[in-house]
Amino acid sequence: MDYIVEATTETENINKKQRSKRKRQPKQPWSKEIKKNWPLYLLCIPSLVFVIIFAYGPMVGLVMAFQDYKPWLGLTGSTWIGLDNFERIFQYEGATQAIANTLIIAVSKIIVGIIVPIVMAILLNEIRNIGVKKSIQTLVYLPHFLSWVTVAGMMIDILALEGGLNQFISNLFGNEPVYFLGDPSLFRTTIVVSDLWKNFGFGMIIYLASIAGVDPSYYEAAEIDGATRRQQTWHVTLPSMLPMIIVIATLNLGSILDAGFDQIFNLYNPLVYSTGDIIDTYVYRSSLLNGQYGFGTAVGLFKSLVSFVLIVIAYRLAYKLANYKIF
Amino acid sequence: MYHKTKGYKLFSFFNYTILILAALSCFLPLLHLLAQSFSSKAAITGNLVSFWPIGFNTNAYTTTFNNSNFTGSMLISVMRTVLGTVLSMCILTTAGYALSKDFRGRNSIMWIFVFTMLFNGGLIPSYILVTSLGLKGSIWALILPGAFGAYNLILLMNFFRTIPKALEEAAFIDGASFFVIFRSIYLPLSLPGLATVSLFIMVGHWNSWFDGLLYMSNPSDYPLASFLQTVVVQTNAQSMAMSQSEVAAMAEQSVKAAQIFISTLPIILVYPFLQRYFVKGIVLGAVKE
Repeated sequence: MDYIVEATTETENINKKQRSKRKRQPKQPWSKEIKKNWPLYLLCIPSLVFVIIFAYGPMVGLVMAFQDYKPWLGLTGSTWIGLDNFERIFQYEGATQAIANTLIIAVSKIIVGIIVPIVMAILLNEIRNIGVKKSIQTLVYLPHFLSWVTVAGMMIDILALEGGLNQFISNLFGNEPVYFLGDPSLFRTTIVVSDLWKNFGFGMIIYLASIAGVDPSYYEAAEIDGATRRQQTWHVTLPSMLPMIIVIATLNLGSILDAGFDQIFNLYNPLVYSTGDIIDTYVYRSSLLNGQYGFGTAVGLFKSLVSFVLIVIAYRLAYKLANYKIF
Repeated sequence: MYHKTKGYKLFSFFNYTILILAALSCFLPLLHLLAQSFSSKAAITGNLVSFWPIGFNTNAYTTTFNNSNFTGSMLISVMRTVLGTVLSMCILTTAGYALSKDFRGRNSIMWIFVFTMLFNGGLIPSYILVTSLGLKGSIWALILPGAFGAYNLILLMNFFRTIPKALEEAAFIDGASFFVIFRSIYLPLSLPGLATVSLFIMVGHWNSWFDGLLYMSNPSDYPLASFLQTVVVQTNAQSMAMSQSEVAAMAEQSVKAAQIFISTLPIILVYPFLQRYFVKGIVLGAVKE
């Protein structure tokens, strides 16, 4: 999803530049403005109502992070306990473990999730048979649109001890079956690889588009100068993809605490909590299952605040490095 | 002529192999699932089924469609998808149209929307809010909280921006109001954009499973994805603690496979349209002229 916004905002930037060239009209007084543009304000109201209730409403509930929240006492009746909940985050081993796991899984996902789509896009661009190229594209985009529940259902069957992949491996190498989803030392790898499998195709689209946008005369000129295909890739294709790579890499900074709740919730189990439990799953278990609402909210708020700072930094960097704007 | 050299031919061979393997890996798991759903129990437990049904039968599908929990949750999923998409598109197209214009206060309103992309209240406060609004247990708990999406709004706004201003100015001179212009110029001209965003919202609703578990107190009210989550994933987590024979006695793999496949079918069916639009939509914006 993010990629689309990133992409379309490029046109947005161009529009903005064109608009700022025009002279800005002097501000009208509010009465005149409302008289002329009242339909525009009216059209914004439904969305505003939804945003205020369902996006800003929960932010009021964040005060729970500073309370010993009891559902039967409510937000106004529960006792205030200051920063106790936040102190507990760093005292509970489960919580610090979850934060560490989140960082490790998310950073690994970001790194492979940037490199693999770039490489695959360059490789796919070398396929000259249009039919084959289109078919490959159609197939690799598909997993992105499947739900993690579906994918987890398939993975549980294929990765089981007596499942298809283990059979295949033992036929090839004759070793013991591997417990992909139950072995703490393998769980993170399983998570990162399956996430890559699901999303690399979709991540490729944007790079394929920037490769397609390269002026063919660059390649012709390089070829006349005697550049091999590898040199052309290195000195023409990659540099032309660079702005897009920079934007995507910096924006990914904002998801450094997002290890993928949907995926992990559907694949993990108590055997792999030590390496696979992440902030979001920890919040879910400690609050909705164990009733520690205040503590769960505090952990969630901690995550939201850190993410907020990172996203703001990411957008600023993306603007500085590649002139990218969200709107 | 680089592609005539020996080295490039060798590279080309490996390249085709790698990419075709990658493409197959995205497709074969689904084929395996389909084969399992038509296979006999003995063939599945004996691990004989790969990509073609063995002991062909349609029992799994008969069982699935006779299961009123399954058909019931399918109906709920259809309802939430239709209602949710219509509602989202109504509020997003109107706001997207308005924000594609310049007017006083536009940037402030835009920031109110964009801020939701940067910061959110999180799981517990949202849960408490939905509960205290009395939505718990109702289908509206699955529709209202996610109706607005800032990404989709920006996407629509950008689609509206690509429509030439001259059209609107001409309509203004002819005496058309903002509403008429929106309905008879902007909506018809941005059909590809509307289709892209609606398809994304539809897929999102169909695949959404966590809100069902969270807000539906009665399992018979689960949408299909949540139902599937309890059947496929939760039983697996429980089976970790069971013996081999107990696991074998649980829901048959062929039935699970049939249920997963049926719930994925709508996604596979809209996929050709989805692909046509999202690639176009992305390429439209990504390649600078």
